[in-house]
Amino acid sequence: MNTDLRESLQREFPHLEFLHEKEDLIPYSFDGTAAHYSQAELVVFPKTTEDVSRLVRFASDRSVPIVTRGSGSGLSGGSLPIPGGLIVCLSKMDRILEVDTKNLCLRAEAGAITAQIAQAADAAGLFYPPDPGSMRISTIGGNIAENSGGLRGLKYGVTRDYVMGLEVVLASGEVIFTGSKCVKDVAGYSLRDLFIGSEGTLGIVTQVVLKLIPKPQARRTLLAIYNKMEDAAETVSAIIAAKIIPCTLEFLDAMTINSVEDYAKVGLPRDAAAILLMETDGPSGAVEDEAAKMADLARQHHAREVKIAQTAEESFQLAEARRAAFSALARVAPTTILEDATVPRSELARTVKFIQETADRYGLKVGTFGHMGDGNLHPTFLTNEKNEEEMHRVESAMKDIFDFAVGLGGTITGEHGVGVAKKPFLAKALGDLNISVMRQVKKSFDPKGILNPGKIFDL
Amino acid sequence: MSDSLRSLNYLDLQQCMHCGMCLPTCPTYTETQNERNGPRGRISLMRAIADGRLDVTKTFGEEMYFCLGCLACETACPAGVQYGHLFETARAEIEHSAVLANPKRNAIRSTLLKGLFTRPRLLRFVGRLLWLYRASGAQAIFRGLKLNRLLPEKLRGLEAQTPVAQAKFSHELIPPVMGQGRKVALLTGCVQDIVLADVNRDTAEVLAANGCEVHTPPVQPCCGSLHAHNGEPDTARLLARRMLDLINPADYDAIITNAAGCGSHLKTYGRLLADDPAYRERAEAWSAKLKDVHEWLDLIGLRKPQSPENPCKVTYHEACHLCHGQKITKQPRSVLKAIPGLELTELGESTWCCGSAGIYNITQPEMSAKLLKRKVDHIGKTGADVVAAANPGCHLQIANGLREAGSDATVAHPISLLAQAYRTERDRSAAP
Ligand SMILES: Cc1cc2nc3c(=O)[nH]c(=O)nc-3n(C[C@H](O)[C@H](O)[C@H](O)COP(=O)(O)OP(=O)(O)OC[C@H]3O[C@@H](n4cnc5c(N)ncnc54)[C@H](O)[C@@H]3O)c2cc1C
Ligand code: SF4
Ligand code: SF4
Repeated sequence: MNTDLRESLQREFPHLEFLHEKEDLIPYSFDGTAAHYSQAELVVFPKTTEDVSRLVRFASDRSVPIVTRGSGSGLSGGSLPIPGGLIVCLSKMDRILEVDTKNLCLRAEAGAITAQIAQAADAAGLFYPPDPGSMRISTIGGNIAENSGGLRGLKYGVTRDYVMGLEVVLASGEVIFTGSKCVKDVAGYSLRDLFIGSEGTLGIVTQVVLKLIPKPQARRTLLAIYNKMEDAAETVSAIIAAKIIPCTLEFLDAMTINSVEDYAKVGLPRDAAAILLMETDGPSGAVEDEAAKMADLARQHHAREVKIAQTAEESFQLAEARRAAFSALARVAPTTILEDATVPRSELARTVKFIQETADRYGLKVGTFGHMGDGNLHPTFLTNEKNEEEMHRVESAMKDIFDFAVGLGGTITGEHGVGVAKKPFLAKALGDLNISVMRQVKKSFDPKGILNPGKIFDL
Repeated sequence: MSDSLRSLNYLDLQQCMHCGMCLPTCPTYTETQNERNGPRGRISLMRAIADGRLDVTKTFGEEMYFCLGCLACETACPAGVQYGHLFETARAEIEHSAVLANPKRNAIRSTLLKGLFTRPRLLRFVGRLLWLYRASGAQAIFRGLKLNRLLPEKLRGLEAQTPVAQAKFSHELIPPVMGQGRKVALLTGCVQDIVLADVNRDTAEVLAANGCEVHTPPVQPCCGSLHAHNGEPDTARLLARRMLDLINPADYDAIITNAAGCGSHLKTYGRLLADDPAYRERAEAWSAKLKDVHEWLDLIGLRKPQSPENPCKVTYHEACHLCHGQKITKQPRSVLKAIPGLELTELGESTWCCGSAGIYNITQPEMSAKLLKRKVDHIGKTGADVVAAANPGCHLQIANGLREAGSDATVAHPISLLAQAYRTERDRSAAP
């Protein structure tokens, strides 16, 4: 970004904090996605919606690209800087503005941290279910932009299912509010839904109204231990086929179990081939009933042991350990490249087997874990970005896995978005016509192409 | 051990996959919410230097001295990044490149780190002067005349913080050998020796009461933690060698420390001297035998004192270098719980740094004061009479904070509370 532009921005917004020194910018030049780096040139921290609106108007007038950033925990490179562009970081607009217990909803600024939103709901005796592994760092704006899922996605759905209303700054700088506190609302197109999962390419979310639900009465957490990965996958398909919808069905393979145990030391079985972390919640009686049925199904599918967490503390620890899975895998190799393949739940056993075989075929190390109840797997390649030849093999293996998933009626990303990392695979998942419709949507929202250009697809 | 980011094993830097899971535990990041002030940002800067994309600049230097070195990020990091090691290497590189050099800083550093803290006898002499300063009434006069106002603003608060040096040092309080049983060496530390010598005496008594033959060499060198944490690895190595010359690990079942900051560093002697053929093996043996006193008592099985119940409400502040540096969290609590009548109330954010952090309270008074206030507020909420803390830096810092806040609560080492209980037990059994 040229100095003139920077200086006029600083002159125009004297009350805002800008970062422009090299040492300040390097830390804003990447997100949680391995092997993606792009030098940031200017970062600004708006304080209000009005600031965001004026900043966008300024950028629009001069056709300066804008990347919106929350906490930079994204796993597809969505908040990676664009050369010559401005980073609008919302992490300091982080207030929770209102917990409305009469309408069961909560209003917050987009930079509010997901876990704090969950806590605020909890303090009011309510429940905000979406709980991405990164919930203690990610912002709600980032969650909405990626339509993040979480450990409870199976029963409670993903971020989208809890968004009632959004305040959004459009590419022109105008501010709209879309949605409402009404549970039913079908007036016109659902613009709100367009913004969810749009990865910062259609508008900047500045405020959100989220739906809260009553807290479940009881909760039971189970851990099933397997000697064969496919047995764990079969258990999941069997539970779904038995019409049981627990809130959590998380899968960890041997590599992941060991990495997580190295970190969390919660007593996971290091010699197991796979474990399933299962949780059911709801009215006490029903919970006991469901837990017993799941334990039975696990045993029928050759679980060598099924443990039931005895205390809330123990359940919490298990969930926390699971949340650390991705980062913990980084213990194994210098670079961890995580995939986000999703398949119909009846095909899980075939998919985990295929992933392992693919890794073997290319001579690669892979750790697989994921939200198995949603059919959402995260095969994670453990490699070294400095080894070009190996990186090529990783790419080929990834391509094979995506082909396989799409062939089964699955998709290339279940929750992390396309960003820049999955761009090459998008056409495969969606087909050209879909992408061309998306391009038209993008053009009508952002005719000058200033909002996060080059992410998801090229214009 | 490498003293430069460029010659460091690159894998140590790559280990950070920038997931950000450490951010909410970092006191400086939480305060400013700028990535540069957090572990992920700091590591990215170190990596940029290793890659040759960034020079070791003054800003980088300032950033690394803004970091507390509290290691909360290391506990939080699922990927197992050894932040402490990276941090020490970065600070060594900063000192080596002299980007922060200015006459005043150089003078202070060389007086303190190289002059004072490498000379135990001189340090004790200064300690004696400090004691005299207080005991003779000079301090009262100084304060009475408000001479404080003559000091530069930054240092005014500091005068009030002048530690109360004790009348006697460890070697005057502890016989060179006491007790019988397992043979252990007790390290007396430098700051602890001067301002908290009682804690050392209490430690020796507690060890003796738990079946140990306690050897306390009278004049001990500083362990070098202050140097390692402040970019002087060569001096740290020098001091480590001296320590190994004085105390040979082969002669003992364990080497005991009661100061968290020292302990955390003392356990790294193996790595520190890995390239020194003459000392390597001894340093490794040392690292294996070095035990924090709570850790050791837990290993050998703590004897519960049989003293009468003495009702007292205590809360426990976790020194960073004990909980994050050494992962010792349960053992001090078991020590406290073993004391008859002691009610342990958990402290909110007990593992959050109090702002002492070596000499951080001197170099970064503002940030330090913010952290101290946060700590004192939490202590207030517990309603405790005593705050237990196992590091001299935290001890002094929190005591100052409590005094300034007008609180009646006092600070004590967990081992001192235990020693008191043994003493009561002994006095009772001695009574007719
Ligand atoms: C350890 C770990 C575990 C994770 N677990 C999960 C998981 O279980 N489920 C899951 O779905 N994801 C997970 N993620 C991915 C990531 O945390 C989510 O994508 C999260 O929603 C990103 O939030 P953020 O605030 O960090 O956004 P950023 O990374 O800063 O941004 C992500 C995208 O959102 C856009 N954006 C951010 N804020 C706004 C806004 N206010 N308005 C418009 N656009 C915006 C950015 O431009 C970018 O395209 C995990 C990541 C990590 C590191
Ligand atoms: S230090 Fe650890 S927790 Fe922090 S960003 Fe790096 S890998 Fe993640
Ligand atoms: S050592 Fe403490 S202050 Fe420094 S980066 Fe880690 S958590 Fe933050």
